Amino acid sequence: MEKMNGAELIIRMLEHRGITTIAGIPGGANLPLYNALRTSSTIKHILCRHEQGAGFIAQGMARSTGRPGVCFATSGPGATNIITAIADAYLDSVPLLCITGQVPKTLIGTDAFQEVDTYGMSIPITKHNFLIRSAAEIPQTINRAFAIATQGRPGPVLIDVPKDVQQEVLEFDSYDEPEPPPMPMPCATDKIRLAADMINSAARPILYLGGGVINSGAGDLALRLLEKSSLPTTMTLMGLGAISTRHPNALGMLGMHAARSTNMALEECDLLIAAGVRFDDRATGKISEFCPNADVIHMDIDPSEVHKLRRANVALIGDLACCLEDLLPFIKEQQRQQWRERINELQKMYPLTIPESLVPQKPYGLIRKVAALAGDEAIITTDVGKHQMWTAQVYPFCRPRQFLTSGGLGTMGFGLPAAIGAALANPDRLVICFSGDGSLQMNIQELATAVEQKLNVKIIVLNNNSLGLVHQQQGLFYDNNFFASDYTIDIDFATIARGFGMQSVDFRYSPLSGELLQDALSAPGPCLINVPIDKNEEVYPMVPPGAANRTMIGGYNAKLKN
Amino acid sequence: MQNLKTEEATGMKNPTDGILIELTVSNHPGVMSHICGLFSRRAYNLEKILCFPKRNGTESKMWLLVHEESKLEQVLKQIEKLEDVQEIAYRRNSTGFFLQLEAMVEKY
Repeated sequence: MEKMNGAELIIRMLEHRGITTIAGIPGGANLPLYNALRTSSTIKHILCRHEQGAGFIAQGMARSTGRPGVCFATSGPGATNIITAIADAYLDSVPLLCITGQVPKTLIGTDAFQEVDTYGMSIPITKHNFLIRSAAEIPQTINRAFAIATQGRPGPVLIDVPKDVQQEVLEFDSYDEPEPPPMPMPCATDKIRLAADMINSAARPILYLGGGVINSGAGDLALRLLEKSSLPTTMTLMGLGAISTRHPNALGMLGMHAARSTNMALEECDLLIAAGVRFDDRATGKISEFCPNADVIHMDIDPSEVHKLRRANVALIGDLACCLEDLLPFIKEQQRQQWRERINELQKMYPLTIPESLVPQKPYGLIRKVAALAGDEAIITTDVGKHQMWTAQVYPFCRPRQFLTSGGLGTMGFGLPAAIGAALANPDRLVICFSGDGSLQMNIQELATAVEQKLNVKIIVLNNNSLGLVHQQQGLFYDNNFFASDYTIDIDFATIARGFGMQSVDFRYSPLSGELLQDALSAPGPCLINVPIDKNEEVYPMVPPGAANRTMIGGYNAKLKN
Repeated sequence: MQNLKTEEATGMKNPTDGILIELTVSNHPGVMSHICGLFSRRAYNLEKILCFPKRNGTESKMWLLVHEESKLEQVLKQIEKLEDVQEIAYRRNSTGFFLQLEAMVEKY
């Protein structure tokens, strides 16, 4: 029996679960937690500059490793600030544990200083949440929280802890043992056979991989399936890297900013093998016209995703790795010569890039140049906007958890703190954040955190001095009525970075060269690289929001307006 | 009562209409928020709700009346995902359950 207070118990529990890094900001209502964290010998605290940064740093750790990230915030504004990062984790199924301080129980409901209903606010954006009412509930709650965050479809869990519960002294003898993970659910054999028959007899099948493949660690099995059956394979934004995008069967991303040939192939396919995807509207376009001639096999661990937006002919519910393992023995080896030739023909007709777009002064060329210099070991994060879509289109991702991006929520400001988190969890890897001038300004204060932690993070700002994708949509769909999408002052990001104590390189006055880029990427510690990009560089092809994926605008060898 | 009158006035709904969802849930102060929050977040219609504590208050039994035939599968799957939901069952043509209750409440 040992005497300790609730806050000390929480820290002990986190240590016991193997947590070594926590991102957060202290405040009145979580000071007991911080007092307990101070004496931890195994947990390092990362002091952030804004709670949203803390949430995204925890996400960067979680997304790059698959293990739950932990973040702390105080009550009131601390909690409201971190909400966006939690919502982001919810939409992208990222395991996250957020522990917020709350005003003492006796003050809850009195509009006390820095009191908000954190529990109520976090219900719709968490997988589950808790308000702890006594210190005795702590062991069970923390163990449940880890189990919920990591089991099945991962997601964020929030635990709100009133200050008096943190201070309540209790006697504690043993950590409740964490519950063993439930056995993965095997799929029904008859359904596996049916799915295999459909794959074996399809003439024009396409494999459609999402973030679920990465979450279940099923990338290698997906690769075996696509090689055995010669399946052309498209990946969602969250799925990029599930298999190497350089594989000859890889068609890249689908949907709003897919290669034209990919959306056209989907239009022609007769069987869609969907694995760990949720038929998001950015991927499917107008859902009623998505893959109009295809039967659907849908594999997912979350039963509520199946039949949600598109009725599946066969639903395989369970862990993807299990589903694929069961499926593989029934799959016939096939070449699919005709279908591959048809797709090659489409790809030749409508290339995503042409040599002129691949010079380092243009976005695609810059991104490919960085990829060549950074090598396959680097981790790539992005913010949200044109730079994100260009990166998703042409960066040669080759492994799961290499590409960290805000998909579902599309949160500008994600990239820098996520890169910090990835660098903390992967100290031996180079981490590159592709950002834009708009996105960077949404969490620019975390430059300080990157400098303070001396992390190997390189921030490449594709600077078009505007909210580029908004600008593009106003040009295409609002009669060129540009409004509130252009910045009227030109910010000197290189100087700002130096103000934070960060090295920087500015290509505004000197032409971009591979050598300078190489120097910047290989210098130790964080570095900001500002690259001016023409405002009129657009992201093509583009499916207008709400339209069917066959309605693409732009891209090489295609008309600008359909 | 308002609901009943509205139904009679519009004459749109057959009293045998509707789907009655029966839940067994853990009983703590946030459960009702989780259930109702799910309905508002996912834009499902929740017509009527009744909740009773069970087993010395460690569990509650809840009855939800919904008119969501087309979305029913999703509604059930999403409710089932809630951590606090232990059991879920449903019946069709069960508006009578609430009608009897309402008659009782009116007398009371």
